[in-house]
Formats: sequence, C-alpha cells, structure tokens
Amino acid sequence: MAVAPAEVSIESLEEIARTLRRDILRMIAAANSGHPGGSLSAVEIVTALYFGGVLREDPRNPDWPDRDRFILSKGHGAPVLYAALAERGYFPTDELMTLRQVNSRLQGHPVQGILPGIEASTGSLGQGLSIGLGHALAGRLSAKDYRTYVLLGDGECQEGQVWEAALAGGNYELDTLTAIVDYNGYQLDGPVNAIQSLEPFAHKWSAFKWNVIEIDGHDLRAVLDAFHRARTHHGQPTCIIAHTVKGKGVTFMENNNEFHGKAPTAEQLEVALSQLSE
Amino acid sequence: MPDTTLTLKMGRATREAYGEALLEVGKKNHDVVVIDADLAKSTYSFMFEKQFPERFFNIGIQEANMVSVASGMASSGKMPFISSFAAFVLCKGFDQLRMGVAYPHLNVKVAGSHGGISIGEDGVSQQSVEDIALACALPGFIVCIPADEYSMKAAVHEAAKHDGPVYLRLGRPKAAIVHEPGVEFEFGKAIELRDGDSLTIVANGLLVGEAVLAAEELASRGINARVLDMHTVKPLDDEVLERASRETGAFVVAEEHLHHGGLGSAVAASLAAHVPAPIEFVDLGDSYAESGKPADLLKKYGMTAENIVAAAERVVKRK
Repeated sequence: MAVAPAEVSIESLEEIARTLRRDILRMIAAANSGHPGGSLSAVEIVTALYFGGVLREDPRNPDWPDRDRFILSKGHGAPVLYAALAERGYFPTDELMTLRQVNSRLQGHPVQGILPGIEASTGSLGQGLSIGLGHALAGRLSAKDYRTYVLLGDGECQEGQVWEAALAGGNYELDTLTAIVDYNGYQLDGPVNAIQSLEPFAHKWSAFKWNVIEIDGHDLRAVLDAFHRARTHHGQPTCIIAHTVKGKGVTFMENNNEFHGKAPTAEQLEVALSQLSE
Repeated sequence: MPDTTLTLKMGRATREAYGEALLEVGKKNHDVVVIDADLAKSTYSFMFEKQFPERFFNIGIQEANMVSVASGMASSGKMPFISSFAAFVLCKGFDQLRMGVAYPHLNVKVAGSHGGISIGEDGVSQQSVEDIALACALPGFIVCIPADEYSMKAAVHEAAKHDGPVYLRLGRPKAAIVHEPGVEFEFGKAIELRDGDSLTIVANGLLVGEAVLAAEELASRGINARVLDMHTVKPLDDEVLERASRETGAFVVAEEHLHHGGLGSAVAASLAAHVPAPIEFVDLGDSYAESGKPADLLKKYGMTAENIVAAAERVVKRK
C-alpha cells in the first residue's frame, strides 16, 4: 500500500518526479514516438497520487477490489503512467523501454487487461470520466469506500462526453470521484484558448455542481493538499484544475508545442537528461 | 400475399419480453444493474426500475456516457444491461462500445430496442437499420436478434450466463410466436423451424414469422423450404448452413436491416467459405425508409412473406 503523506518528504517526491521525467524521455526516445509534452506536464500530479500516499493501492495485488482507481483519460499521456507504475513495482522498469514496440504490454495508449494497474483503455478522448463515474457508482452500490481519480487533458474537455459525465457526477453527488484537469494550455494543433477556449473553466465545473480547486500543478505541496481537500469534501465530486506547463522540466520542451507528439532526438535526450540529473 | 391456411399467433413485442426477463436475471444475480437513457418506458427496462430501484440508473439522454459508465461498472464487478433505441446506443455510443466494452472484452449487455423499420410512424431517425453491421464490427461481441417473446426471454438469460459483451436487438411491434415457451436456445446455434430440401430460408427477428408463412405458401406451390431462425449473426452457425447448403443447395436470407453488413453478408461469407450456393436477399437494400404503418412500410420496402416467396422462386431456378 502507498505510504502515508506524513512519512514522505517533498524532497523525496521531487526526486521521484525527476526519475519519472527521465523514464518518460528515455522510453519515448527509445520508441522514437510518443507524447512527451503532456506526459511531462502531469508528472507532479501522478507522483502525488502514486508516491504521496493519495492512492490506496498495492502493486502486488492490482485487482484488489478495494483499491482506489486511477484512470488516465488523456491516454496519450501513457508514458507518465507507465513510468509511475513501473517505479511503484507493478512491472519491471526495464519493460519501459518496450514502449510502442510489437508484442509490448506498453501500448501507445493504455490498454486495460494486459498490463497490471491499467484501469481503462483510453486514447479516444472524452471517455475516462464516464468510466470513472461507473467505478464510483459501482462502489457506492457495493458500499465500498474506494475512491476514483480521473486525469483529463484540457483539450480533452472540448469533448461533449466530458460534460455528460460532469452533469451526472454532480447530480449523483459522487464525492468519491475526483477529476484532475492537466491544464497545460496546449492541444495538438496549438493553444487551447486559440482553438476552442474552455473559459470560464472553473465556473463551468461549479455550475455542474462540482467542488472546484485550482492549483499550480507542479507544486507538490499544493497537489497533495488539493487531494486531501477532495477526500474530505462531502456531497460533491471534486475537480482539481491543475495549471501546468506542457513539457515541464526540459527547457526546450516547455511551452513548445512541437513536442506535443514528437520524440526527442538522441542529442536532445542527452541535453534533457542532463537537466533532470539527480 | 396469396392465400394460405397458416396463420401465426401474435405474441408480445420482444422488448416487452426483454423487460420481463431482466426482472428474472436481476432476481437471480444481484450484480445485475440496468442503465437506460430516458427510454425506459419504451425499452421496458422500467420494469426493472420498479422492482430494483437501487440497481437502476436512468442516466438521462446521454448514450455515450451510459456506455462508458457501464464499462466502469463492469470493470468493478457489476453486470450492466444497458438499453436505449438501437439507433442511439449503437450510433451515438459506438466509440464508447469500441474502446470501453469490446476492446477490454467487458461483461456489458447492450439492448437496442426499436430495431428495423417496423417501428413505423416515428420515421428514419428512430429506425435502426444498421445496428447489426455496427455490432458485428465490435470484436468479441455476440450479436443476437430474437424473433419472438420466448426466444427473447431465453436470450436474456443466455446473455446473463455469458461472460462477455452481448448485443440484443429488440423490436417495437408485437411479434408472431414462432417458438414454444422455454425454447432451447443457445447463442450461435440456429433453430430449424421447418425442414425442406428445395431451398433454405434463413431469417431473424420479425422476418422469421414471415419466413414461416412464406414456407407454407411455397409448399402449396411444390417448393419445400427449410426455415432457420438464425437469431445469432455473430458467431454464425456455419455448420447448420453448410449442411443446409449440401441438402438444399439454395438460400434466401431475410432480415430487417440494410443489405450491407447484416445477416445476408454473414451468411454469404460463410457459404462462400464452405459450400457455395446461390442466395437471394430480402432486406432494406441500400436506403432508409420513412414514416408509416409498420405493415405498410414492410410491404413498400419489400420485407414480407410475399417477397420471400418471390425470392425463393428466383433462387431455386439458379440451382
């Protein structure tokens, strides 16, 4: 089971975050394919969930019925999830280097049922929050106390189905459900605001009867605090709007949308890893 | 239709039998949950709601959300039966069925009501004529179109026993009784309703009754038609078709669906791979229908016993 937050220092979480970033870049470079930008922006969120004592989970028992569920709705961010699962011990870290290769369990987007720890097959945007809603409703029906967390992309929130799920989640008062939006401001074709703005974003979630928390998604203390507030908020699901930087941690990738879905070259990988050294 | 002495007793609509069967499986299995998208009165899932309100979710007019919610529930150990009109759950929920149900092969049962054009007056927007093609394009799905109330009830029980995704097409109008109560029913096993050696009529859904009537008329004309209720399009009963091909050498396939991607396509592919034989098709062709009385529509768009008889007479000449 994950360690309690009190036992884990911010410094050690920061070190884990750096490790995940290195894993992400190495595996995408090895595959010469993948999405670094939106994986790097979500690193602190995923670090807090798996290593900050937020998720109740057990790598040795991935199908534990009472586990908390984590669904990566923005499936193209698979590398950050794979890195976290491997570092947590769900599968060997060596396997990360098989990303996107034939016969690998690490598919380009997460696939339920072939790799321990993957709760949903995602990659077609917009579906994860509904799937999370299903888990949360099933839990309520079975009187189980597990929690369900769903990580969405900001561009993903242009999908109508996200708002179907938001409407239902608010009406069902599902306080075991937490959505986190990785609001890095970019989607494949450019800035979210230039393509189809989500604003006023927090107001939208509030209007759908969600508890809304806005944070700097790279400030681990703020991320942990937001999860704590979500867990202790009753009668409503919570949406954590995490303001992040696409490509965070690598100077030439930050806010450079060229790296939405492009692997670094060998030279770029070397520079990036030097920026993320221990 | 020329005179025949045979008439079929009208039974209840298959959607009504679905609602009743849901109660039975819900009683037996407490993991059964039912979700509807504001059509519970039409799909008869309201019967489950009355009996088991805590296990019933009317999600609202959100077919995509309904399918993905079912995916999550199934992943957490429930057995969701989800219902809506076939046109909506398949067309609006297709990507969700693909990613959230078929790909992870989850235990979700999908009931699409108001299949075919025999729903009548509501017109094309509510008439599902492509659901079988779509459901067959979901790997691992069982795709089943029961003909009458008895086979529908059996199909719902079979669906609950089966660990994996199932699509059931339900019909709006009353359906002629072609089976006995408690009919022996297994997915992927056709039911022979009449033996014959001149040709085989393969039908499902509402057209099984028409096929039985057609066979009676053909008999009076000296043509002995075998009639198969091919309720399951996927997996298809290749064996029964192979035997029918050897023994009768000609086929009519009748269904309430577009020409492409339904029972006709499946039967043609099966016969071509095993024992090829001439086939005539009775279906909607490559078009949509319109509003009207069910019987008028089936007549206008060529899906009646009379059409089956004509097709049979054509196909035996091609033997």
